[in-house]
Amino acid sequence: MGFKQLINGGTLLNTFKNKQLVKNSKKLSSFFAVLMLSGTSLVMAQSVSTADSVTAAEKSEMWTGVAYYVLLFLVACFCVAILGKILKVYDLSLKMQGKKGLNWNGIMGICCAIFLVAGLYGAYWSLTVQGSISLPEAASAHGGAIDDMFNLTTVLTLIVFVITQVALFGFLFLYRGSDKRKAYFYPHNNTIEKIWTVVPAIVLTMLVVFGFFTWQKVMDTTPGKNDINIDVTGHQFAWELRYPGRDGKLGTVNFTLANGSNVLGIDFRDRYSLDDLKADTLVLPVNHSIRINLHAQDVIHSFYLPHFRVQLNAVPGLPTFFKFVPTITTAQMRMKTDNPKFEYLLYCNKICGAAHYNMQKVIRVVSEPEYQDWIARQKPYLNDQLKKELKLAEVKSTDLKKVPANRLALNN
Amino acid sequence: MSTLAVHDHGVVHHEEGHEHHHKATFLNTYVFSQDHKYIAKQFLVTGIIMAFIAMTLSILFRIQLAYPDKSFPLLETLLGRFAPGGRLSADFYMSLVTIHGTIMVFFVLTAGLSGTFANLLIPLQVGARDMASPFVNMLSYWFFLIACVIMLSSFFVQKGPASGGWTIYPPLSALPKAMSGSAEGMTLWLISMVCFVASSLMGGINYVSTVLNMRTKGMDLWKMPLTIWALFLTAILGVLSFPVLVAGIVLLIFDRSFGTSFYLSDIVLNGQVQPYVGGSPILFEHLFWFLGHPEVYIVIMPAMGISSEVIAVNSRKPIFGYHAMVYSLIGITLLSFIVWGHHMFVTGMNPFLGGVFMITTLIIAVPSAVKTFNWLATLWRGNIRFTPAMLFAIGMVSFFISGGLTGIFLGNAALDINLHDTYFVVAHFHLVMGSAAIFGMLAGVYHWFPKMYRRVMDERLGYLHFWLTFIGAYLVFFPMHFMGLDGVPRRYYAFTEFESMKRWLTVNTFITWAAIMSGLAQVAFIFNFVYSIFWGKKTIQNPWNANTLEWTAPIEHIHGNWHGEIPTVYRWPYDYSKPGADEDFIPQTVPFSQTMASNLPHDFEDNPAGLEHHTQWETANKANEQVK
Repeated sequence: MGFKQLINGGTLLNTFKNKQLVKNSKKLSSFFAVLMLSGTSLVMAQSVSTADSVTAAEKSEMWTGVAYYVLLFLVACFCVAILGKILKVYDLSLKMQGKKGLNWNGIMGICCAIFLVAGLYGAYWSLTVQGSISLPEAASAHGGAIDDMFNLTTVLTLIVFVITQVALFGFLFLYRGSDKRKAYFYPHNNTIEKIWTVVPAIVLTMLVVFGFFTWQKVMDTTPGKNDINIDVTGHQFAWELRYPGRDGKLGTVNFTLANGSNVLGIDFRDRYSLDDLKADTLVLPVNHSIRINLHAQDVIHSFYLPHFRVQLNAVPGLPTFFKFVPTITTAQMRMKTDNPKFEYLLYCNKICGAAHYNMQKVIRVVSEPEYQDWIARQKPYLNDQLKKELKLAEVKSTDLKKVPANRLALNN
Repeated sequence: MSTLAVHDHGVVHHEEGHEHHHKATFLNTYVFSQDHKYIAKQFLVTGIIMAFIAMTLSILFRIQLAYPDKSFPLLETLLGRFAPGGRLSADFYMSLVTIHGTIMVFFVLTAGLSGTFANLLIPLQVGARDMASPFVNMLSYWFFLIACVIMLSSFFVQKGPASGGWTIYPPLSALPKAMSGSAEGMTLWLISMVCFVASSLMGGINYVSTVLNMRTKGMDLWKMPLTIWALFLTAILGVLSFPVLVAGIVLLIFDRSFGTSFYLSDIVLNGQVQPYVGGSPILFEHLFWFLGHPEVYIVIMPAMGISSEVIAVNSRKPIFGYHAMVYSLIGITLLSFIVWGHHMFVTGMNPFLGGVFMITTLIIAVPSAVKTFNWLATLWRGNIRFTPAMLFAIGMVSFFISGGLTGIFLGNAALDINLHDTYFVVAHFHLVMGSAAIFGMLAGVYHWFPKMYRRVMDERLGYLHFWLTFIGAYLVFFPMHFMGLDGVPRRYYAFTEFESMKRWLTVNTFITWAAIMSGLAQVAFIFNFVYSIFWGKKTIQNPWNANTLEWTAPIEHIHGNWHGEIPTVYRWPYDYSKPGADEDFIPQTVPFSQTMASNLPHDFEDNPAGLEHHTQWETANKANEQVK
């Protein structure tokens, strides 16, 4: 997310170095991958075989592979044991010569110093290389505010991270134990303690205030006149979309009406539902306020659009909504990311069952005319099959509810 | 302050007399023991076994993430129907994730950590002969063991163990047809957790009452070591929050088995309209996280206490800001009850509530920051002795910083929108409560091993274990932050279905191998642990030159901990490297009258008679020096 800008903004390093690092890391990681693959090829069978078709040869091959790894591990343990014994002998011989044994405090102190340097470099590498494989800039109006908040928090926490880790491992190195020194008796100092209570409190208050206002802005619940209301319903393992028709309003839904042909349980006695449209792709007009009404039919799902910095759970029995304004069209984003196949995606981000990992939907942000063109081509939910079924149902229940049944027929 | 301590020396005689009536049998010594030291060992060993099981589960699902398209015939041989064709099934992957989380959070880091060290240290460090109620204490262990057995038995039911994530949100967990793990596996999970909470409550009530009522003479609250403070406050947290989880679980059992609709409403499952009306899944989330958030402090506070103690002992310095350390623990305890909503920012809870919970959440960072700075100040100008325990305590501090800082992102409702339930969260909590707490626990194991088993663990293997695990944990969890920033959701069986996630496959492979390395490093620990129990170097009475009371107890374990009278406590536990003292430590049992040269006016803050005596001595001493 905002990370990428933070890094590429040149605040942390120059781009040349960055690129070289990326190159190196790619080489390294591919080398690593090759090593790992060759290592594991033994345990893996060449073909995906089902339980009954595993032949004896394959079985024995598998156990050879297992034995190979166990042996490898034992050899490693053996080496460690030998190394340990050598150290012990060395230690003892030093002591026999009247010298002091191995100074483990010194060794560990130096290890801490090495870890500090290597760790800081590793963190830096990870931040720059892996941190740059990140989401592109926010594609929604409120996303910028979130990214700014993120950048501010990142800068502050990174400063604290470096200072505290350097202090921690630096002290370990500097004050590694020795018989010559005595520790400094320093049980408390109220001034220092007050300072490091108040300073974090002030910094956190700042973050809370910024965060609170950002959050209020993002979670704006005031209804707008021009909001496009879109119903998104999650069920195992797909998302259903419902757009309002020409009347601009969505009809009511009643879960008890759901069946094979009326998946969402739309109540067609509500006249607003008659022209509601069904869609396969979440197409959104750019720079237009969108209100997504979230429903779930079976379990909790989460409506997650990382590119738009949008996420809200879809909870059965508790309709929720999220309002946002997309600002970058898919075509523009393809240019920006230099990826002609780029698509905005909707993920499910709350564990919802076995196929949770593949509950996605393509989102396409288009210009207003393209949107109008697209919406005109969408088919209404009330298709011929449904009409037939409903009429049948109405005929059966005529003596109970005459008026709505007739109205429904007339409207068709 | 000293009036708070209860001195019941009459009871001592009674207990000693009582002891002679009972004959020590094999059964009541080694199985149904009521001795707190033995129960501590039972908790520890069970905890370690559970930790190894949970670790193995994590490596299994890491293999799936690293090699989503490959087939491992071995897996099919070992797991059978859970890994058809040598690939983990998606359902079983979810089960692995769920049971790994459950075991690690509850069985290892709650029972294994608090159970072990509260049982071992509370009586020994406050100077009590045993727990307030040894029988309930024994029951606490056995309920825990039953919970473990039931939890593991769920691997042997037809449809596999619970698989809705360790948070078991309904309706997923409430509808047996929603996923295979929500069938019998979930029933077993719920039964197991009820047993677990019963165990936890019995333990917690015991810990609280022992600390409040059974401290030895002179041990007022402000003379207690930080381990005791931490374990005491942890027990209070547990006693107040675990019952809420039981309430939540019982209602879920009702929904699952008796057709109620506490958490269910408007459900159409697989095209079938379900009869549930009027419930709210959000209610469960509130009940769960009302425990769930204090739970993470239940996990980390004992680790903080142990690290404070170990760092002070091995820096040969008093812990910096003892009072601030205690107040920050109390602050964390209180605040932890009003932050649970930060797990629910994006559940559709009223956004105003999100704002409120964000404020309370970021406030809790202040006491955590104070603790960190105090640890750093304790190390400053110390004379640091690198025992393995010390290294693990330091590792705990390092993880706590790294993981704690990312909490500032997640506690911010606005940032949580995009980070919620991504790998950023996984990285955050594995560092701050997973790795940090397990390192605290390992520090405790290395440090108090001589107290438990009368032998010392091998140092060099400890060093190897530390460095491999420490580096391994960072290699595993650090890259996950960036996956989270790229919007990669957690609990995904494979990253193959999304084009943008495929670029993380190499990182996943790397993480898996780092995890395998850290997993194998635990062999060094378990070997060291088992070997040292039987053949380790014999310990001396006070191997670390520590001040606390447990090191005044005899090496051999006796029922009642001390021969004769329980020692009296005169001073706080952190008089290390005090100027003017002969040695660099002064045990709590040494009266100030024996250490005139090292006494400071500060030592007599609430003791005017002592202060007067001290000033008299000082002036006399000065006069003497002038004469010389």
